[in-house]
Amino acid sequence: MQKIGVFVCWCGSNIAATVDVKAVAESAYDIPGVVYATNYQYMCSENGQSLIKNAVKEYGLTGIVVASCSPRMHEATFRKTAQAAGLNPYMVEIANIREQCSWVHKDMDTATAKAKVLLRTAVSKLTLDQPLTAGTSPVTKRALVIGGGIAGIQTALDIADAGYKVDIVEKKPTIGGKMAQLDKTFPTLDCAACILTPKMVDVSANENINIYSYSEVESVSGFVGNFDVKIRRKARYVKEDLCTGCGSCMAKCPSKKALNEFNMGLNTRTAIYIPFAQAIPNVAVIDPQSCIKLKTGKCGLCQKICEAKAIDYEQKDEIIEEKYGAIVAATGYNPIKLDKFGELGYDLYPDVITSLEYERLMNAAGPTKGHVLRPSDGKEPKRIIFVQCVGSRGQSCRDKSYCSKICCMYTAKHAMMTKDHYPDTDVKVFYIDVRTPGKNFDEFYRRAVEEYGVEYIKGQVGKIYEEDGQLKVQGSDLLANKQLTLDADLVVLAVAIEPDETARKVATMLTASMDTNDFFTEAHAKLRPVESPTAGVFLSGVCQGPKDVPETVSQASAAAAKVIGLLSKDELTGNPCVAHADPLLCNGCSQCANVCPYGAITYVEEEVRGVGVREVRRFARVNEAVCQGCGACTVTCPSGAMDLKGFTNRQIMAEVDAICK
Amino acid sequence: MQRIIDKIQELFANDTVDRVLGWKTGEFSWERTPHVFTKEGGLDGFVYDDFCGANLSKYLIDESAKKDAGKVLVLLKPCDTYSYNQLIKEHRVKPENIYVLAIPCRGKVNVDAVKAAVGTTVLAVEETEGDDLKVKTFRGEKIVNRNDVLFEKCQVCQKTHQVYDEIIEAEPYERPKKDRFAEVEALEALSPEERYEFWRTQLSKCIRCNACRNVCPACNCRTCVFDNAKSGVATKANTDDFEENMFHIIRAFHVAGRCTDCGECSRVCPQNIPLHLLNRKYIKDMNTYYGEYQAGEDAETRGPLTNFTKEDVEPSIVYGKGGK
Repeated sequence: MQKIGVFVCWCGSNIAATVDVKAVAESAYDIPGVVYATNYQYMCSENGQSLIKNAVKEYGLTGIVVASCSPRMHEATFRKTAQAAGLNPYMVEIANIREQCSWVHKDMDTATAKAKVLLRTAVSKLTLDQPLTAGTSPVTKRALVIGGGIAGIQTALDIADAGYKVDIVEKKPTIGGKMAQLDKTFPTLDCAACILTPKMVDVSANENINIYSYSEVESVSGFVGNFDVKIRRKARYVKEDLCTGCGSCMAKCPSKKALNEFNMGLNTRTAIYIPFAQAIPNVAVIDPQSCIKLKTGKCGLCQKICEAKAIDYEQKDEIIEEKYGAIVAATGYNPIKLDKFGELGYDLYPDVITSLEYERLMNAAGPTKGHVLRPSDGKEPKRIIFVQCVGSRGQSCRDKSYCSKICCMYTAKHAMMTKDHYPDTDVKVFYIDVRTPGKNFDEFYRRAVEEYGVEYIKGQVGKIYEEDGQLKVQGSDLLANKQLTLDADLVVLAVAIEPDETARKVATMLTASMDTNDFFTEAHAKLRPVESPTAGVFLSGVCQGPKDVPETVSQASAAAAKVIGLLSKDELTGNPCVAHADPLLCNGCSQCANVCPYGAITYVEEEVRGVGVREVRRFARVNEAVCQGCGACTVTCPSGAMDLKGFTNRQIMAEVDAICK
Repeated sequence: MQRIIDKIQELFANDTVDRVLGWKTGEFSWERTPHVFTKEGGLDGFVYDDFCGANLSKYLIDESAKKDAGKVLVLLKPCDTYSYNQLIKEHRVKPENIYVLAIPCRGKVNVDAVKAAVGTTVLAVEETEGDDLKVKTFRGEKIVNRNDVLFEKCQVCQKTHQVYDEIIEAEPYERPKKDRFAEVEALEALSPEERYEFWRTQLSKCIRCNACRNVCPACNCRTCVFDNAKSGVATKANTDDFEENMFHIIRAFHVAGRCTDCGECSRVCPQNIPLHLLNRKYIKDMNTYYGEYQAGEDAETRGPLTNFTKEDVEPSIVYGKGGK
């Protein structure tokens, strides 16, 4: 019989205010096997842990149950405590009486009753616990960064600086991401290209970094330290190693009507193109949707003109396989689509544009060479109205519930710079709140208002329409308590941002979790903000939540630090809670291998020996280094041949029985 | 039947097969027992007629594993071939030791239904050329139309041969029109309390003879969890009548996604529990949530429950149905 010690934690008032911890501890003596029970204010503290260690020695405990917070929080802590006291660290069970009890109940009696049941359940499981020993696995010293925007670039540079190999997979033909499209960056107004493109060059020059541009991650298998990744290199119809980026193909290409994505469709590009002058890699790509040769078989001008002989119309997608120790998601964001915001007239009127489009209009390398000219007739607008929070902070299904965070500042930037370049322009901003927390942010906003005379109107815009060829903006001025109908020459919508549409696909492949808005979830909102709950997967940039450039860069470096910490280890201690198949019970049906997300199960044909059995059978064998203990196989196995150490079928059953008692 | 016998004799003669897994006549005129005939022993007592309801595929687990015993020829009706494909998929049979002779079927006669139809003790049942069955009773001979006394599984059958080495072509016949899911829908329409009551009543009839488990081609575990004391399930089922009822629910879960709806469980149940309805409910749900799927159509495709696709339904949608 085991000698079990029970330690009930108050968690200050977190638990003790709702659960009668003393009564819970006393109830433990009614459970068979329990020889000692106590309660303490902070069990995770130095004193609390000493209390556990002393009790283990004094009462000769064989296992301990800590009734406290979620095992996600402190299971590792108490396992270390047990180990220090001479116990096997897996002879520890946590009864979660905080997240699953005190935090969700108000009534002390019911919460206490439930805490007693949860404790009883944990003791039942512990009774069947076996000491376990963890194995180790090697670490592949190479990192993968998914996404080549400023987040991915910074993460890759920092990892490479520490001496580790990094691959960047970028789905577009060039790295650079959204920041490459920006004109100036708030609050210092440095030119985005001037600070970004040198970093892009650094990436391309760094021997430790390899860029897979125009590529996408196809599949991910394996586990922390040992990911196997397939990358699809999409056919760009241009040999990357031969193309010199001279651009003569672009000059000759007769298909010139494709919308230029880099300029947000405000002008056109050729079918063969380099996205922008500082693209990395500086290699052309053919857009098969508009290439005459690829569509009809006739043309071939670019191939004739290319001196480097880089054009290859026969090029096919290529799949490459690579091993990584760590993966960083840096999949970024996009402005939301405005098809559900009909009242704002974005699809109807060319002079209603988004902020990112405005960014391109202001950029010297943009479609208007930096002159703010309105799309409809190319004239300078004299009255510009900015509308904030389009799709952000909303309650309806078309809105995002969150604040997109960057719009207040870039709108202030747009307004200020417009006034700076065209002082006689009338600039108005509709806003709900102006949110400017950040170093020098509020000062920046006040400058826009006080020095440049930008008029801020508190209120939302209900409708944008045209009357006699004049764009009208109807909105409310909440401070003056009146409805306004204003004439505008150009309207700029600060639209909400949302995670890139590939983020969910990537998250699924990485088995990384996401929130309801498709932002990646961090392992702990406060204490582990750059790690995904999935071991070996890290988060960089807006894929985790809205951020501006400086925040993105800090987080990118933080993610890199975590990756470096992982890659600096030669081996990782595994999880001993892995699956195991009993050859005598196994049917060899392969269902467990079908559901195993890690490819940890193989089948062997070997002699099986048991009572009255001696024959060659096909049965499952688990690679313990690969198994992550998810348990999918154990619930799939109809005969119960597959079992999970530390979470055996019998233990689960014992827990259910304890709850239902 | 003669065409089948001729074919078997031919395959015996040219050494293609050494044994035949078929049916043998039994004590009653309608009794048909699965039997292995050998080349040496000959085909004495071999029979194939309207009463050969049993699905022979499960016997292949043992028969195909026999060492140095040559190939076994198995007679498979259309529905049986689905079970056979599942067994190949799950590596439970050795196809290299098996020769499948696909045989025609137009539905099998349920003698219990015949007995009910004539309303008196049946002494013998005989096939005729047409649809009539001659039933000898204590009160003289009666005629029953075979199509009125088919097994439930045959009343909804739309199955065709999926896999075979050789086929004995069937005469075309009119397929039944009964909706396979009608009874399931009727149960779904009940309130949870009524449905609970229905199943409690039905499952309480169970005498745990294990016939359903033993006949089911999907229930092919070397050791059933209900026979494994270590599993903790067996002892519970033996001590509590509610847990006992759970036997069938657990069994249905274990075969979900693998059950071909061959209907053997209901056919063999001595207590006439409509066990096939449990399986069919899962089949219907899988069709609804994961798209049409028929287990055993081939020997490779993963069942919807052991496969993941991005189109898979989100759990919230399943919960949203509120247990129906």
